[in-house]
This record gives sequence, structure tokens and C-alpha cells, in this order.
Amino acid sequence: MAKKLRTRKHAVVLNRSVGGDVGITVFLSIMGVFMFLPMLYVLMQAVKPLDELWMFPPRFYVVNPTLKNFRDLFSLMSDSWVPFSRYIFNTVFISISGTFGSLLFCSMAAYALAKIRFPGRDFMFNIIVKSLMFTSTVGAIASFIIMSLLGWVDTYYAIIIPAFAFNLGLYLMKQFMESNVTDDILESARLDGATEFYTFWVIAMPMVKPAWLTLIIYSFNGLWNAGASIYIQSEQLKTLNYAISQITAGGIARAGASAAATVIMMAVPIIVFVVSQSNIIETMGTSGMKD
Amino acid sequence: MSKKNVVSAEQHAVSRKDMTKAQWTWHEIKRNKVAYLMVAPFMILFLMFTVVPVIMSILLSFTSFNMLQWPKFIFLDNYIRLFLDDDIFILAIKNTLIFAAVTGPTSYFMSLFVAWFINELSPRVRAVVTLIFYAPSISGSVYLIWGTLFSDDAYGWVNGFLLNLGIIDSPVLWFHDKRYVMGLCIIVALWTSLGTAFLSFIAGLQGIPKSYYEAAAVDGIRNRWQELWYVTLPTMKPQLMFGAVLAITGSFGFGGVVTALAGFPSVEYAAWTITHHLEDYGGQRWEVGYASAIAVVLFAMMMGANLLIHRMLAKVGQ
Repeated sequence: MAKKLRTRKHAVVLNRSVGGDVGITVFLSIMGVFMFLPMLYVLMQAVKPLDELWMFPPRFYVVNPTLKNFRDLFSLMSDSWVPFSRYIFNTVFISISGTFGSLLFCSMAAYALAKIRFPGRDFMFNIIVKSLMFTSTVGAIASFIIMSLLGWVDTYYAIIIPAFAFNLGLYLMKQFMESNVTDDILESARLDGATEFYTFWVIAMPMVKPAWLTLIIYSFNGLWNAGASIYIQSEQLKTLNYAISQITAGGIARAGASAAATVIMMAVPIIVFVVSQSNIIETMGTSGMKD
Repeated sequence: MSKKNVVSAEQHAVSRKDMTKAQWTWHEIKRNKVAYLMVAPFMILFLMFTVVPVIMSILLSFTSFNMLQWPKFIFLDNYIRLFLDDDIFILAIKNTLIFAAVTGPTSYFMSLFVAWFINELSPRVRAVVTLIFYAPSISGSVYLIWGTLFSDDAYGWVNGFLLNLGIIDSPVLWFHDKRYVMGLCIIVALWTSLGTAFLSFIAGLQGIPKSYYEAAAVDGIRNRWQELWYVTLPTMKPQLMFGAVLAITGSFGFGGVVTALAGFPSVEYAAWTITHHLEDYGGQRWEVGYASAIAVVLFAMMMGANLLIHRMLAKVGQ
């Protein structure tokens, strides 16, 4: 390994000018500061005591960090009309059931699309790729009509069930299976009399662990960050993100508590990403579109 | 077991010749029943909640419909009204095109160049830098912090900073000033835009075998720019296509950030996009036919941009 790296460095030196290196470092640093400062500011705001939040001129960094904002947040939560635990339950319930369903539906369909030849396969995959080219806003009104016809308006179904058909998740899973599940293994399993469901679940799925981790994370993040939805009117069905946006909307008096809430909300996706980064990058290795 | 399979394969080969194409297709469909069973749960939901809504929007765009009475067919009237009689829609198109033309390519090239620059860092450093650039796009509503940084009063950090230096003598209304709102929203959009495409580029770059670069160096590639154009980009073309699709979809569908930071509607409609217009007529006024026409225009713009960029990317490395 060490030897390999050295040959690589050698090739790098061959084609690299010092000026270019300096330019790139400067560019990356400026960009890095631009990306990182607002995130840092949220953290700072979350631990600032009241007098530092309201000082003039405003100071970027914190001098006497405190956890008071987090305590305020929890007392604000206990004042809410619906018990706050209900919002937490809603978000956790929606995120987990939606993620579970999309993992099952997407990987099963991805397996068939990637590894079985059948009439209509390319056509189906083609539509799914095309669907990545527009946002769901395009069909939002019609979706609402469909939801009302189904009687799903103001129920969990309206959020969870459509999440099962997660097009990006299926796309990434299918691409990954195509290049990481070898046909020989499937062929010999089939010759041994294994059913397609068996080869899918017992042979293919363990081979694509990075892809299903990625799918779980994408689906979970999307649902975790879901805010107000046009389908949900009842207060007791609303999500954590919505409840927190209400706290934030409480105005400047709650600046500290709302920063604390933002920190809690963003901690979850960031921690999940840190833990699974290498798996996600591995999955993205096959994400390319071949015409 | 395996013997039986071989026999059936032979029967296959014989029988194909005696069948018409339709018969053969039907035969293949029956033989692969289980494949249809496997795609069915996904495809049914996908059709119901993604494909059918688009088709319905197209059909409804030729009608006048208020959700109470049966839709009335009015053919192109909605489109005529949109383009000839709705000044705010024309403004929305203009703003959407500006947003898309600035944020789409900028976020795309930012993703590509940052991914390319960090590619030569050691794996551990690269992981940290990746996190710094990627974090804003997955942190949900964290972009609201821009509203605090650029708040209207003197307690906003930017106003406070500028007041203190004496550059301005009264607070600037940033997100509620029509001169700044577009620019600021574009900056916030860019800040959250290093997402999936960025990760895809990182992975694509790491997947290029080192031998390609060594061979290229032998063939006379002398600097990193030539390397990028002749080796790197052509090799990762599939990732470039995928990233472009996501960048286009993201930049044309822009709207949520504006609503959250600049209000609905933004001051004098200065940052009003097609998404907002759609929300206004579909979600608030219940003019479903008219809103569907807006949705169809947005859909056509996204698809058109995708086709155009697809053609352009086909020329990379030539």
C-alpha cells in the first residue's frame, strides 16, 4: 500500500506546478471558510447567553458559553399545545417506517431491473431516470387530488407510502447492483434451484451493503428533515421540524432556543453521515449515467 | 436439477423460431413473472405518485378546474393567459431563469472543482474536508442562520459589522430589499448545493485508475488542466451526466429557501419564481387548471434544460 502511494505521488509531482498548488489551496480555503462559518455561527448562537445574543455590535464568537438555550428549548417544548413528545414520535415513526419500506421496495425492484432480463425492463428504468429530471412540485397539485381520492389527506399514509417509491434510491441501488453483483453467482444459485426471491435476499443483498446503507441514509434524511406538508392539517400529526420552525417563528426573543433546536436537528444527519461516509462514497462510485 | 434446466434451455432455442414477436414477448413475460412481481410494489407507487400526477397535470392544464365542479375543457386558454396576461408569471420565468443560469452551473462547477482539488489529499483530510462542504446540504433548515446573519436590524451580524466600520449609517434590509434579495438567495442556494452530485464526483475521481494518468504523462500531458480535460473528465463522464441532472433539477425547482428567508411573496416579487407562482395558484387560490399549466411550463423547462446539457456533455474531452 505504502509503495503504491509513493508511485502515485511521483506521478503527481510530474504534472503539478507550484503556482497551481498555491492557487488551489487559496481557492479551497476561501470556499471552506464560506461553507463553514455559517455552521460555526449556529453553534456559537446556540451556546451564547442572553446578553451576548443581544449585544451591539454583535460578536461572532462566544465568551461565556452556556447550555441555558437548550434548557429554554425544553421548557418551550413542554408549553406546546400538543405534547412535544408527540412531534418527536411523529418524526421518528415517519422516518423509520418510510425508510424501511423504501429499502424493501427499492432494492427488490432494483434487483429485478439490474439482474433479470424481461420485456419492459429498459422502458421502466428509463422512466425512473427521467423522473430524476424534474421535482415533485410539478405534480404536487395532482398528487393532492390523488391523496384526497384515496382518503389519505391528514393521515401518516400521505407522507410514508409515497416515500416507498424513492426514485433516487432505486437508481443508486440498481447501478450498484449492476456492477457489484456478479451474474455467475446468481446463475449458479439459479441452477441449484434457488428462487429469485431467495437469490435477491440471501445472495445479492449482502453483496450491496454500501448501497443499502446509502439508501437508508438518504431516505432517512429526507424524512427526518420533512417540515410542514400540504397533506397534514392536524396538529398532532405534524413533524418535529415543523414544531421547531414554530419555535423559530416565535421571533427574536427565541433566537437562542431556535439556534439550539437547529443544532439538535442538524446533529442527527451529520453524525449519520460521518459514520457512513465511506459507504456512501463507495455507492456513488457507480452512480454514473451511461447515456 | 441442472439437467432439467439444460433441457428447458434447448426447448427455448427451438421454440423461438416458431413464434411471432408478440408470441415470443408474451412467452418471456410469462417466464419472468417473478420479475414483475418484484418491481410491482415500487412501480405501482411510482406510477401513482410520480408519473400519473405529471400526466394529470398536463391534462388539467387544458381545463378550468376549482376542485368543486367537474373540470371544463378550455384548451389553450390557460397558456394564453399565462404568457400574454400574467405579468407576474413573466417575472417568475425571468427570475427562475436567472436563478437556474447562475446556481446551476456555479454549483455544478463548484462541486466538480472542489471534488477535484481534494482528490489528492490524504484520505483522512479528504474525509474532513468533504464533511465541511457537504454538511450544509444535509442539515435541513440550518440555512435559516443566513436570516440571522443578514437580519434587518442592527443586531444582525452583517449590519452590526458594517455599522461598526461606518460603511453604512443605518441597517440594510437585506432579505427585504429588492436590490439584494435575489443575490442573497442565490448565495444561500449555493451554500446548500454541494450535495449528492458532489459526492458522486468525489467517487468518480477516486475510481479513475492511476495508470491512466501515468500513461497520459508518458504521452505528453504536461499539466493538471490537460490531465483534467483529456483524462479525468472523459473517464468520469457518467458521473458528470448524473451530477448535471441533479444540478438542473435543483436549480429550476428553487423556491423553498426564498420563502423561508424572504417571505411569501418576496418584496415586490423580486425573488418570485415559477415554484412560488405554482404554490400561489395551486395551494392558495385553488385555480387548479391554471396552476397545472404553470406546472407544465416548469416541467418543460426542466426537461428541455436536461436535454440541452446532455448534448453539451457528450462533447467533453473532444
